[in-house]
Amino acid sequence: MIRCEGLTRSYPSGGGTLTVLKNITLSVEPGGFLAIVGPSGSGKTTLLGLLAGLDHPSSGTVTLDGVRLDTLTEDGRARLRGERVGFVFQSFQLVPTLTALENVLVPLELLGRPDMARAHQLLADVGLAGREHHYPAQLSGGEQQRVALARAFVNTPRILFADEPTGNLDAATGATIIALMHQLNQANGTTLVLVTHDQLLADRARRTVRLADGEIVSDSAA
Amino acid sequence: MTLPFVLRMAGREARAGFRRLALLAAGVTAGVAALVAINGFTENLRDSIAQQAQALLGADLSFESRSALPDRARAALDSIGGTQATVTTFSAMTYAGRSETARLTQMNAVTGGWPFYGRIETEPANAWPTLQGGRNVIVDPSLLSSLGIAIGDSIAVGDTHFQVIATIAAVPGDVGIRSAFGPRAFMNGAFLDSTGLLGFGARVEYAVFVKLPPGGNAQRIAEQWRPRLREARVRIHTVADDQARLDNALTRLANFLGLVALVALLLGGLGVASAVHVHIRGKLETVAMLRCVGATSRQMVGVYLVQAALLALVGSLAGALIGILVQQALPALLGDLIPVDVVFHPSWRAALVGTLMGLWVAVAFALLPLLEVRRVPPLAALRRDVSAERTGRDWWRIATFLALGLTVLLLSVWQSGHLMTGAIFAGSVVAVLALLWCAAALVMWLARRVSAGLPYAWRQGVLNLRRPSNQTTTVILAIGFGAFLLATVLLAQHTLLRTLDISSPSSANDNMVFFDIQPSQLAGVDSILHDGGIAASPPVAIVPMRVASVRGVAVTTLQADTARDGRWALRREYRSTWRDTLVSSEKLLAGQWWTGPRPDTARISVERDLSEELGISVGDVIVWNVQGTMIPTRVASIREVDWARFEPNFFVVFEPGVLEDAPHTWVTLARVPRPESRGLLARRIAAQYPNVTSLDLTFVQDAISRLLGKVTLAIRFMALFSLLTGMVVLVGAIATSRFQRVREGALLRTLGASRRQLIAVALAEYAALGLVAGLSALILGCAATWALARWVFQVPFMLPGGAATLLVACTALVTMLVGLWTALDVSRQTPLGVLRGVMEG
Repeated sequence: MIRCEGLTRSYPSGGGTLTVLKNITLSVEPGGFLAIVGPSGSGKTTLLGLLAGLDHPSSGTVTLDGVRLDTLTEDGRARLRGERVGFVFQSFQLVPTLTALENVLVPLELLGRPDMARAHQLLADVGLAGREHHYPAQLSGGEQQRVALARAFVNTPRILFADEPTGNLDAATGATIIALMHQLNQANGTTLVLVTHDQLLADRARRTVRLADGEIVSDSAA
Repeated sequence: MTLPFVLRMAGREARAGFRRLALLAAGVTAGVAALVAINGFTENLRDSIAQQAQALLGADLSFESRSALPDRARAALDSIGGTQATVTTFSAMTYAGRSETARLTQMNAVTGGWPFYGRIETEPANAWPTLQGGRNVIVDPSLLSSLGIAIGDSIAVGDTHFQVIATIAAVPGDVGIRSAFGPRAFMNGAFLDSTGLLGFGARVEYAVFVKLPPGGNAQRIAEQWRPRLREARVRIHTVADDQARLDNALTRLANFLGLVALVALLLGGLGVASAVHVHIRGKLETVAMLRCVGATSRQMVGVYLVQAALLALVGSLAGALIGILVQQALPALLGDLIPVDVVFHPSWRAALVGTLMGLWVAVAFALLPLLEVRRVPPLAALRRDVSAERTGRDWWRIATFLALGLTVLLLSVWQSGHLMTGAIFAGSVVAVLALLWCAAALVMWLARRVSAGLPYAWRQGVLNLRRPSNQTTTVILAIGFGAFLLATVLLAQHTLLRTLDISSPSSANDNMVFFDIQPSQLAGVDSILHDGGIAASPPVAIVPMRVASVRGVAVTTLQADTARDGRWALRREYRSTWRDTLVSSEKLLAGQWWTGPRPDTARISVERDLSEELGISVGDVIVWNVQGTMIPTRVASIREVDWARFEPNFFVVFEPGVLEDAPHTWVTLARVPRPESRGLLARRIAAQYPNVTSLDLTFVQDAISRLLGKVTLAIRFMALFSLLTGMVVLVGAIATSRFQRVREGALLRTLGASRRQLIAVALAEYAALGLVAGLSALILGCAATWALARWVFQVPFMLPGGAATLLVACTALVTMLVGLWTALDVSRQTPLGVLRGVMEG
């Protein structure tokens, strides 16, 4: 489902070059659940961004659902994400000017096939029935992340990327979100890749890759 | 691009922060209002001219000439037939015996049934048809008041007395400002000869008006006779010609005012660009997230472009509505300059065009900041430290810049109706904006360097000019341009009026002129002046003449060359003089002033512009036709003449000993400081020498000053829209940075700042902004006026210190008040509320 080979990412830094990811090769099978863990600055988010096609590698290739990302334009990658990928962010990233329902609808509208019933259903699935017309500012952090989850699953993605999805939540709310994500993953057969500091969350993954200084230091299956 | 998504997102996104975005829309409102008002007014004006054109001429066609119509013209008129009437126009002193007062009056001697179309309204009503029933005159009310007489009294015009039977209430084609140029009287033309005023040297305009029989074609007749009568200097006017000429002249005036209005719209465009820039900056995370979930960069640009366009449409529509309201006020403002009654009707065409222009300008200016949306990397949704990518040459950006330049150019050309004028205007706008931009950059550079030694409030206020996301440049551009327009109008008006200043006690210039003095009357006039203790300048002789040949080529041959420039110089009648010295308003440019014995061919000195028109230089020979006598002359020198001086200036000056025996009249100038003495002098001369015209130059100065006042008022009115746009941009700039200001304010209050201190900081910031905008505007206005004075008006530039200081102070004050009013809520927030909000956000 996801395969990357020899992935390296460097940035120019103070006259020199800073390599944050070094020669990463890994693959994730369809329906898999991969957790990427490691200390701050180890390159977790950079790896996630590269796997999702949000950034270009300095060298190496990424193949997502059978498509080589380097063969696509920026807009081509955006379309691929719209059709096959879902996202959950640490800071929720809801559009503040849209209601919960409208936020969930965005990916479907981008595909040109808004489906109100499905958006309602997903909001009900994440326990927000009756809150459809609330704005992000009127929701708690946990509720906002639930809206984000509903949005991530609304286009039935084949792959879901999550960046510290519980990072901004307290332990109890975080646990609810993890349970929900797991449940949705099971129900939809989605491939899940998440970056986390949260050991509880990492433990639920079927495979854990640990990064340190931009390199894979361990790769273990549960 | 999925259009429904773009439209839906644009609508939803605009829902929040509507008030802030409303300011984006308001940026173009004032500009559109100004354009719709002036263009709608122009359309009303054209319609009104078309409807009233026949009444303007009062006939189907007219034959006009500066001398009695030659036989050829008489024969033409006989062959045309129809009904004919004459109006003979000349200036004369009218003298009221009852009050012993004299006044220079424009006389119109009427015979026949003129006007055939339109009506001359009188007070009492319907007196016009009785004008030709005896020795009657109908006069402007101002003549009655200046002569101190009433209807029923009599006035002397030359050697004949007339009874005033009514006053004029309205004449078709009258311009309101006309009354400033002296009163007018209509007299029974049957008694014209008995006045004895049409003697040698009198300036008379003869006109015959024709009402054609049914089926007559005025245009065809005019075309048939024009070539044959041109040589005899007879001009033929038709209703259509007059309409076209008037249409042209007034459209030019309206187009000029339209250009001033266009400035307001372009400044509004800058405001839109600035507002969009800030709006987009607040949306970067949303854009990044939407890119993550599949939105393309085109879709994202589309969302915000549609949003800007929709808001601009609302702003433009509001502007169009306001414009229609303002349009109703324009006849009152411009009415005195226009010879037709402008009938108001809303112009939907002007409203539509104005709205589209507003939309176009807003979208063109919004595009540049919107292009930044394309560069937002989706990765920014994951990491805040990711900045926009910049790779290679950005063709879209280059294309947008070009489109923006083209927009300014096309709108200027369209509004001016002339390619070159539009291009020069667009270039000037860009140049002024560039200079204001430099001023803004300089101020921000200086802010850090000069603020160190200032008291706290000023230091903080000045440093705020360069806070992150500041809009100092936009605000200085927008306010500075409006103030620049106002400064230029003010300075130009002042420069022109100061040049003509003869009424102030400090002025040493002559303020009375007596002309048409016959040689036999010269000693008499001189003794009247002498008896009154008045110092008169030496009298100047005036000899009327025409060009007969230039460098051996007859004037008729030269005139036949239609490609030749300056044919007016060959056609006109010259009033020349003789002198043995240069006067103070003249400067010798080439050749030599005459000295020594007179050569065989008389020497003349020619004014520079005339020498260029005639294509002659020192040494060339010109033959003059002086009332039938041919006098050959050689150009001895070329002079520059300061025409703006109220002095008898001449295109051609002869050396003494040539013209003394030719028929001539004399002009004498005098300085008479007290107005009542001027009136007394005019009376005494009019009583003794009715043909001598006394002109009080202070009336002329007053008339010019009133005319300039009317014109500049109209320009100022239009320029105000630019200043208004500047203020909207300022309010927008403050509103868009409100969040930041509130947070800064809360922080300062937490640290112990009082409300007063916060207000002092805000005041310092806006005072600095306003001062910089006002000063830059004044400096640019001085440069522009200096250029106008030097090359267009050809007068020395003068800077009115008081008015200039007032302009800068007013700009600073208005900026300060608007800024303070908008920023006041910053100091009303409680620090805890704000800080908690920040922490939550």
